[in-house]
Amino acid sequence: MTPFLIKLWENIKIAIRALVQSKMRTVLTTIGIIIGVLTVVSVASIIEGLNRGFANQIANLGSNALYVQKYPWASMEDFSKFRNRPNVILKEADFIRERMRLAEAVSPSTGTRQDIRSRGKTLNGISVNGVTNNYDVVTGLVIEEGRFFSFAEIERDKNNVVIGWEIKENLFENRNVLGEKIKIGTTNYTVIGVTEKRGNFLGQSLDAEVYVPLGTVFKNFGWHRSISIAVKVTDATRVDEARDELRFLMRLARKLKPTDEDNFSINQQDVLMDMYNKLTGGLYTAAIGIGTLSLLVGGIGIMNIMLVSVTERRKEIGIRMALGAKRKVITFQFIVESIIICGVGGVIAIILSYLVSIIISKITPFPSAVPAWSVFMGLGFSALIGLFFGIYPASKAARLNPIECLRYE
Amino acid sequence: MESLIELKDIVKTYKVGSVEVHALRGVNLTIQPNEYISIMGPSGSGKSTLMNIIGCLDTPTSGRYELEDVPVHEMDDNQLAEIRNRKIGFVFQTFNLLPRANALHNVELPLIYSGVHATRRKALAEAAIEKVGLSDRKSHKPSELSGGQRQRVAIARALVNNPSLILADEPTGNLDSATGDEIMQVFKDLHAAGNTVVLITHEKEIAEQANRIVYIRDGNIADDVRI
Repeated sequence: MTPFLIKLWENIKIAIRALVQSKMRTVLTTIGIIIGVLTVVSVASIIEGLNRGFANQIANLGSNALYVQKYPWASMEDFSKFRNRPNVILKEADFIRERMRLAEAVSPSTGTRQDIRSRGKTLNGISVNGVTNNYDVVTGLVIEEGRFFSFAEIERDKNNVVIGWEIKENLFENRNVLGEKIKIGTTNYTVIGVTEKRGNFLGQSLDAEVYVPLGTVFKNFGWHRSISIAVKVTDATRVDEARDELRFLMRLARKLKPTDEDNFSINQQDVLMDMYNKLTGGLYTAAIGIGTLSLLVGGIGIMNIMLVSVTERRKEIGIRMALGAKRKVITFQFIVESIIICGVGGVIAIILSYLVSIIISKITPFPSAVPAWSVFMGLGFSALIGLFFGIYPASKAARLNPIECLRYE
Repeated sequence: MESLIELKDIVKTYKVGSVEVHALRGVNLTIQPNEYISIMGPSGSGKSTLMNIIGCLDTPTSGRYELEDVPVHEMDDNQLAEIRNRKIGFVFQTFNLLPRANALHNVELPLIYSGVHATRRKALAEAAIEKVGLSDRKSHKPSELSGGQRQRVAIARALVNNPSLILADEPTGNLDSATGDEIMQVFKDLHAAGNTVVLITHEKEIAEQANRIVYIRDGNIADDVRI
């Protein structure tokens, strides 16, 4: 070892010894830093969890699916503006299916809310989706038991139903459901399939839904309703192109003049993601900012303690200087103390933040994940705070006059 | 090398508020290697200031100070720290040991600042502690030692870097007379072993144990007596 390394190592040992000697003070100061780092990392992990959760749920919509609908999913404009648009109708779906080159599948669907009954149990206001036989392919719906609709069933508007995982749980528990009857509205339907568990989307269960042939919705719940046309694009890299083609076809189907505005919306998951980011970006920045404030408070705590410590240890500083410690060595000793407090606090905080993250995902509906960047940010930040708030007290210690320090009792 | 310490026209002036205090008014002093010298004077005479300057804790306002022919008065803080570390062994009235460190670590301290490797450091510190007869107390903390033992630890610390000069400031001031005599014997032994010892005191009996007494009064050397 070179003399420099020996001095470096000895200084770290001196700093550790000083910290161990005043345990209570060290612990209290460390707690300040722990709270600060914990807040920042926890906030970051909640945000990260929400983002991931949202992105996952959006992915359920299918990344290469376009939806022709009466209303846009996300808009800054007044929704009443869209109310006078004509309904999207089945004929338009057929028009698109016949002509669209970039469409792999075109799947019209519609929805209503109905009460569902079976064997004396009733579920109120369940979302009933009228769909066609390729709806599962287009939207990525997975069947766990039984099967999805056949072309023939759709053509004949059969009173068959595919139920969501949660509906099965609530109505049938663990019993076999295939072939059972359920009553939707006033009509009996035969269960032919159960969908796989999908979880929540924006707080709403995706498993408390049922699917029936599109025609049966019109037949049993009325003809005057707008449909949604899901278009699966052949090539995920050509979604924008497909969107243009789809818009062109819809305008053609509706015979719009070039000067007319679109009187329909083409929705896509990106729109939701953009909207989500717009809504939450500012909020997240604010949350991180508030977390950082508590880190700052912890840092000021460090500085306070270090300043007290410098005053209290004037005698020690004087002795060390008299025995040959250079000013920079004294500076270094105190900065090292401060960095150690912050570093240890940072490590403890990050361990705790993993626990907090687990607790959050257990007791709240929010998923939570500690992102790697927040760990580095938390550690880096706390070390920087140790350095920053340690410099002033340390340089104060180094500027002391050894003669006066030695006289101090 | 002619002399160990050469002080020429040393002036030290402090400013206390707007008042100038003339602590030293042109001191000339030469100390040869292996001298045993006492610097004596009443409080306020300037002897503490002179000690601080000789010990390189302070620099003169004007004048020349050469330690082993090296001009110390021109040095900056870092160089002075290095001189203190390598050339000067301090013994203080109040011992000035680190209270929470044991005797051995206290003795090691100057070696840490000169970057001596841990194993060699420990060996040197143990040798120094043995010289003052405290080998069986080396892992005791200062609070577990008597006043005389603490001062011996401090002397071991002063010796450990093999300095050119041992500078003792009222080393018996906080000790009873029997213990004080023991400590004075240690200095006598160190001198006999070839060390240069400078003793700062206001007690005549202590000062008279040295071979030379320099009397300071009002910032000047009033008398310089060889015994």
